[in-house]
Amino acid sequence: MSQATLRVQKISGHAGSVPGEDTQREYTVCKLIDTTTCIGCKACEVACMEWNDLPFGETVFGNSYQTMPETRWNYWNLILFNEHVREEDGSLMWLMRKNQCMHCAEPGCLAACPADGAIIQYTNGIVDFQQANCIGCGYCITGCPFDIPKMNPKNNRVFKCTLCTDRVSEGLEPACIKSCPTGCLHFGSKEDMLDLAGKRAKQLRDHSNFPHAGVYDPPGVGGTGVIYVLHDASKPEIYGGLPRDPHVPWTVKLWKGPLKWLGNVAMVGGLIGLFVHYLRFGPKAREDEDINPGGAKS
Amino acid sequence: MTNGWVDIKNTDMMLIMGGNPAENHPCGFKWAIEAKRIRNAKMIVVDPRFTRTASVADHFCQLRAGTDIAFLGGLIRYALENDRIAKDYLLNYTNAAFIVRDGFKLPEDEGVFSGFDATKSSYDRSSWNYAGALPPPGPSPAAKPGQPPASPALPPMPERIEHDLTLQNPNCVYQLLKKHYSRYTPEMVERVTGVPKEQFLKAADLFTSIRKDGDIRKAATIIYAVGWTQHASGTQTIRTAAMLQLLMGNIGRAGGGVNALRGHSNIQGATDMAGIFDNLPGYLKVPVPADGDFAGWLKRITPKTAKPAQWDSFNYWSNTPKFAVSFLKAMYGDAATKQNDWAFDYLPKVDRNYSWVQLWDNMYNGVVKGMLAFGMNGVAIGPDTKKNINALKKADWLVVGEIYPDETSEFWRSPGITPDEMKQIQTTVYRLPCAGFAEKDGSFTNSARWLQWKSAALPMPGDCRLDQAIVAQIFLKIRDLYKKDGGKFPDPILKLTWNYTDPSNPSLAEVLKEINGKTFVDAEDPATKVQLKAGQQVPGFAWLKDDGSTSCGNWIYSGSYTEAGNLTMRRDAGDPSGLGIHQNWAWSWPANRRVLYNRASCDLNGKPWDSSRRQVWWNDAQQKWVGNDVPDFKADSKPADHMGPFIMNPEGVGRIFAPLGALADGPFPTHYEPTESPVENLLHPKQTHNPIAKVFKSPDDSYGSVKDGYTVVCTTYRLTEHYHYWTKNNPMNVQLVPEPFIEIAAEMADEMGIRGGETLRVTSARGHYIAKAMVTKRIKAMMIDGKKIYQIGIPIHWGYRGIAEDEGKTAKTPANSLSPSVIDPNAYTPEFKGFLVEVEKA
Repeated sequence: MSQATLRVQKISGHAGSVPGEDTQREYTVCKLIDTTTCIGCKACEVACMEWNDLPFGETVFGNSYQTMPETRWNYWNLILFNEHVREEDGSLMWLMRKNQCMHCAEPGCLAACPADGAIIQYTNGIVDFQQANCIGCGYCITGCPFDIPKMNPKNNRVFKCTLCTDRVSEGLEPACIKSCPTGCLHFGSKEDMLDLAGKRAKQLRDHSNFPHAGVYDPPGVGGTGVIYVLHDASKPEIYGGLPRDPHVPWTVKLWKGPLKWLGNVAMVGGLIGLFVHYLRFGPKAREDEDINPGGAKS
Repeated sequence: MTNGWVDIKNTDMMLIMGGNPAENHPCGFKWAIEAKRIRNAKMIVVDPRFTRTASVADHFCQLRAGTDIAFLGGLIRYALENDRIAKDYLLNYTNAAFIVRDGFKLPEDEGVFSGFDATKSSYDRSSWNYAGALPPPGPSPAAKPGQPPASPALPPMPERIEHDLTLQNPNCVYQLLKKHYSRYTPEMVERVTGVPKEQFLKAADLFTSIRKDGDIRKAATIIYAVGWTQHASGTQTIRTAAMLQLLMGNIGRAGGGVNALRGHSNIQGATDMAGIFDNLPGYLKVPVPADGDFAGWLKRITPKTAKPAQWDSFNYWSNTPKFAVSFLKAMYGDAATKQNDWAFDYLPKVDRNYSWVQLWDNMYNGVVKGMLAFGMNGVAIGPDTKKNINALKKADWLVVGEIYPDETSEFWRSPGITPDEMKQIQTTVYRLPCAGFAEKDGSFTNSARWLQWKSAALPMPGDCRLDQAIVAQIFLKIRDLYKKDGGKFPDPILKLTWNYTDPSNPSLAEVLKEINGKTFVDAEDPATKVQLKAGQQVPGFAWLKDDGSTSCGNWIYSGSYTEAGNLTMRRDAGDPSGLGIHQNWAWSWPANRRVLYNRASCDLNGKPWDSSRRQVWWNDAQQKWVGNDVPDFKADSKPADHMGPFIMNPEGVGRIFAPLGALADGPFPTHYEPTESPVENLLHPKQTHNPIAKVFKSPDDSYGSVKDGYTVVCTTYRLTEHYHYWTKNNPMNVQLVPEPFIEIAAEMADEMGIRGGETLRVTSARGHYIAKAMVTKRIKAMMIDGKKIYQIGIPIHWGYRGIAEDEGKTAKTPANSLSPSVIDPNAYTPEFKGFLVEVEKA
């Protein structure tokens, strides 16, 4: 993909128009994660660390093979492990889901962000944090239905998976994709990945005793740049708490939507009202009571 | 592997047992995933716990550690009962129809085969032989002065083996097989292994389904690793799998085979080059004192053809003299002459067992005075860490070549050693800085037998030296000392060929050339008319001679570095057949064949059983075998001649019955309990344990039983995130899995009131291990013959030195403090898995 795909589609907290706003998306990238063939080897975790020069940190035993409880400002990609007992027959499943930013088409983080240019969405679907413009308010954390953005307490900047914009802009696949040894991770256009995912889900339904196998591409956020094949798409929550119906929180929608408009109206209206009042009633007149309430002249 | 990594993608059915490839071979495992995705192949996993591999399997059975033969025996019985076998294959390519001679007895209730001498705990295996005329026994070899009397040699196999193609003779292998495994009913499998009957039957039905209704086209593979080998029953477990695969006609087939997943990236290379006491490179058998002389040695180790009269057998090992002489020429060059029997006297004669556990026992008893340990952490490896530490205390010197300080080089200050004790230790310890894997070149041989050359990616830091440089410099110094001071027998040292450009740092490319071999005289191949000039590299082992005109360091590697160059460097990914053969990527032994015994992939007429996976076939026009893979067969042997596909057996057929000395403890595998077992042997209670497995007995070797309080079965294993005892020094791996842990069943935790993260103390008769509990649903309680038994699992990757250890975050107990010094009687592998422990809160 050429540099041209990194045209910007949306900018957080931005006054005025955005160049790529109404551009017809020719090619949106998509990462396909097939949880049914993931073996939790963590090559992708390490590849992300190494590509992005993230420092190794401390971890502690957490009664699980999971490296740490959740992603961190400096650990953007984490396999979540869950030992799940199937209701159908009591058999055990050890579910492993690669957890990272979902690169939503309608990103809640971007909607919530008040800082101009701190979060941008490219026409290829990648949602990227620009830490230089980040004011550290943390509203993106509230806005994200997947609980992904994490703040660095030292400098109050928020970080997350970049879908390797630097690699993608040079025509390379993201580091995690490249490192996956079993080929459970795929990368390409949304259309191609949806097709591949659909075929895999059908194969599982037809051949592998997973009647509810399906593709996770949640409409509540307009679809995502990262999609999953799940053994059981009717129960996304068993995959380390994957939200069933993620969407931008109504509080953010309200606040950045009608409330923002109302707020603007209220603010501008208030200023106008002030001016009109002055015109009509003039400045406040002085009265004896004001000068010398119940007392001698000063 | 009989097959290969990429070949796994061709399979229809995978049985993964005694191995956890998703965990420990994630890159190779992609081919198993590929088979699932592209061919809808099914995967069955059988393991003491629900592993990462089980998480992507179609069916999982939890089995008690050490009971794999019972499970596999159950599969053999199921296949026979339900006629899910490859009939033609069985009749013609295996010894199923061969008749076993009178006098042979199955273990049945006794639990031992015919010929067992209880007083000596040894077998006279002469009854484990085929029926047929035998030559009269020759005179017993005379004892040589100063040496123990030679044991009477085993009789040979009959030259003409009697057979019954109707398979009705009660003494034919097929009937004996049926009789032997008739005891391994689904009920028995459940009682012994703990796998519930229905789950076992589901696995058996699924695995054997490829042969339903006489279908021969599909192929199943059996994949295993050290979950099978690390038991006293290891070799026989693998044998059972091989028999099952022969029964089902899966050997030699694309997507079939018996496939060992090796551990270390070059362990296959180490095995091929005989980093082991009882082999010479290329699996030639070492000489023993009883051989007497060169002729005696060759006579013993060169098998004579033995087969049914009407069949043909290539018996490729009949070429042993060519390989042996060429090897001796490679070792001793001009000093090896016809007159001195090719310097046969320079080879050490192996008079007893010098295997791993024996070595440490020898050091413990003061026999071994010093050790050179290269990239080998003997203390952490165990078994019985404490014994190994105590052994080192008695040694005079220890040299450790490593890339970081390890438990072995730090044995003298291992936890528990007081300052006073330390003062008593007289061992001089040298620690040499060696190169890491990315700093070395050379060929690595992978599980698929591919020799792949790699280049050094980084320069060595500081004062590090390459392994070969260190060994060379030690050798040169020893040679100088022998030259100067003489000695008892200097010739083997003085006459050893060492013609490298830089003798003190031999180039591995030069060594590979030496291993490939060359001819000393002009030569011509009578069939192809290809000519070689004196001094040229031989194109392969077919050129080796027993007249001293060729040299070859390892006959199975011959062909890897020819006049065409270093073929192990080739990287052509082309694969026209789509079978993952990749003929021009690197070089595989033998002769660049990718799937062994591939003639068996065709029917009696030379036509592939499955036309969609054509590996080799008989070309009638050219009157030879051709194919996408190199035929593993005599190229011009017509199908009508009925030559057996298993050319490395003297009979030419696959051995369902392993005759005479092939195995130490039985021609058929039978289930024996691990040395420390919670139950008696339900198959034959009179003989619970393997009657000839060696159980070491020193003051530091103790064994526990249920009545001593050791009621929990323990197994040890590896994680994806760590590699043995190395990565505890690497921040990246330590971040992924920071602390040692013990996996225990959620049920067991509930019973004992243990929560995840609580520190536990695990004790065996040999030592203790302390780490945090990982409470999991992936291990369940088991019902073993009506008794509730728990299993726990311990990843091995920690010791008393490392990032977490040095920060005081662990208890500094090595996992192998627990394991016992018991070894497999065939391969001498220790029983690292399946011993008894006690578990309590620390």
